[in-house]
Amino acid sequence: MLSIDSYAAITGNDVIEKLRQIAKPLQGMKVVHVNSTRIGGGVAEILHKMVPLMNDLGLDTHWEVLQGNAEFYQCTKGFHNAIQGNPVHLPESLLKAYEQTNAENAEMLRPALEDADIVIIHDPQPAPLLKHFPDRKGKWIWRCHIDASRPYRPVWKYLRSFLTDYDASIWSLSDFAQPLPHPQYLIPPSIDPLSDKNVDLEMKEIRETRERFELDPERPLITQISRFDRFKDPVGVVQAYRLAKRFTHGLQLVLAGGGATDDPEGDAVLNEVYEAAASDPDVHILLLPADAHRTINALQRMSDIVLQKSTKEGFGLTVTEALWKGRPVIGGNTGGIRLQVINHHTGFLVSTPEGAALRTRYLLNHRDLMEDMGSKARQYVRDNFLLTRHIAEYFNLMVLLSDGHADRVEL
Amino acid sequence: MTHTTQGIPFTFKDCSLSAIATGRTAQNLRELRDHLQSVEEGSVYYHFWGGRLRPQFDDPEFNNDFAAWCKHSLRDDVIAERLSVIDPMHFPSLDALRNEVIDMIEERLSERELIPWTVNQDQFSFIRSQIVVFETPRQISVAEELAAVIPQISTSSVYYHFIDARRRTDDGRDDFSNWLNGLEGDFSSVIADLADVDPYFVTLSDLRNQLAKVFSGHFSDTSSAGRV
Repeated sequence: MLSIDSYAAITGNDVIEKLRQIAKPLQGMKVVHVNSTRIGGGVAEILHKMVPLMNDLGLDTHWEVLQGNAEFYQCTKGFHNAIQGNPVHLPESLLKAYEQTNAENAEMLRPALEDADIVIIHDPQPAPLLKHFPDRKGKWIWRCHIDASRPYRPVWKYLRSFLTDYDASIWSLSDFAQPLPHPQYLIPPSIDPLSDKNVDLEMKEIRETRERFELDPERPLITQISRFDRFKDPVGVVQAYRLAKRFTHGLQLVLAGGGATDDPEGDAVLNEVYEAAASDPDVHILLLPADAHRTINALQRMSDIVLQKSTKEGFGLTVTEALWKGRPVIGGNTGGIRLQVINHHTGFLVSTPEGAALRTRYLLNHRDLMEDMGSKARQYVRDNFLLTRHIAEYFNLMVLLSDGHADRVEL
Repeated sequence: MTHTTQGIPFTFKDCSLSAIATGRTAQNLRELRDHLQSVEEGSVYYHFWGGRLRPQFDDPEFNNDFAAWCKHSLRDDVIAERLSVIDPMHFPSLDALRNEVIDMIEERLSERELIPWTVNQDQFSFIRSQIVVFETPRQISVAEELAAVIPQISTSSVYYHFIDARRRTDDGRDDFSNWLNGLEGDFSSVIADLADVDPYFVTLSDLRNQLAKVFSGHFSDTSSAGRV
């Protein structure tokens, strides 16, 4: 396990020193994170890295995962789609399964959560847990990782009833925050620069990965890394590739992703992508296992351009990962991508497959610009979206929740 | 009145800022004015200063979020340029600063036939902030040590002592100038050079570099980097 001091080489000593200072008043505090999957997706990835580092900084930090059945995950996937704006009708039976699953998990988790000083509940899946802890000792925070800027109102109204009693909520962007009767903190997520997904790789490893997937090093490569989810618009990426290929005949496309255990729609979307690709030998659809972090790292590094053509996106950690590797990103003009992709500086924001194709052609014809964007991109991530900043913001919030609601707290 | 700081070490503090959504949004210039009339003072603070500690790209083009939004979302260059010349240091309180912004917007509203507006996803979101301030173990006793210490402090510590201080102190100056001013000896040329550092149009890292340059230009290098 890496210690927090390992990060000083990347962030600078000043950042680590500051983190230790903020952690001082929180020493020994029991913090529990709760989410619905240990494997797959951005939340699980963040928690895998954040929990040990919070422990290293002197807090007693734990991570609990909700156990649910197929009905539960079908319901929560429906929530996810509805929060991102899709009009989803959820039958009473699914809502019942959702509430029942939370009631059962509350009993299993009672010893861990009842006396915790801080409980951080991630996303809607475990949101009703709070109602089962009327004698809770600590502060409970709901962390929303989803683009909730325009939720489908009937579903949001249902979920809201589980959220109002939380002491605070956390949102990735101000645009996402929905009115709730408690302070709504804004904390973007982060990547771990020392994880297998983001650590520097030897050229040999990149070359081997390229050979394994039979990618031609002499021809340009564009890549989208993401779960096979309609909001990530993988079919739109294939369309963009086709349009761009008319002008760059050697263009190759990689669409790589895995599934998350809490996402029951992945297979259907994957089939749609296969159909759209129509056996084009230059479209490489890679269904990767959940632990293929170094493979993803290598794919991002060997790409000329990384795409994230989402139509809705909570934050888009794959964008952050690509920027960290100095790759320009062509991203959907939505959610957290807007915070990361700065037009003409770190990449381009687009709204259509046509737009993505246009920017792909433009960048492939301006190689010097791509290099310049890449170095700006890496610096931007270093300054703003690394795990150390994320932990510092959580600590700050914990201090503020313990110290009342003054605009300024002097420790 | 000059307070003596002779014999009092300079203790470096640091700060960490949390941003909080207020739930208020504006889609046009009139809504911006209406919200400004009643939004918390902490929000005015955030949009002039606090945002410097939040994710932002490269060099800020404007020194406050209101001007930037008017330029990039409302595409009204006139009000953007007028708002951009507001120097928040010249106002005795956040309320006075708020009133100045409101006056400028009202003037612009009276000039325009149509109210400038923007699309839904480019609305102005009013954010307020809470700051946690804490002491660091770093202290210096003599002015010369500033040259060695400044490159080592965090960017948020730079923010606290050089930007936030202007709101905290009676004379609206930074903490370094105030401390130097109270020491025995003549530090007026250093203080004058510090006054020439414009903190609004550079990143905090660049600001740290500029301050380091000022101090290293005046003080010979010291081997000590502050007591820790």
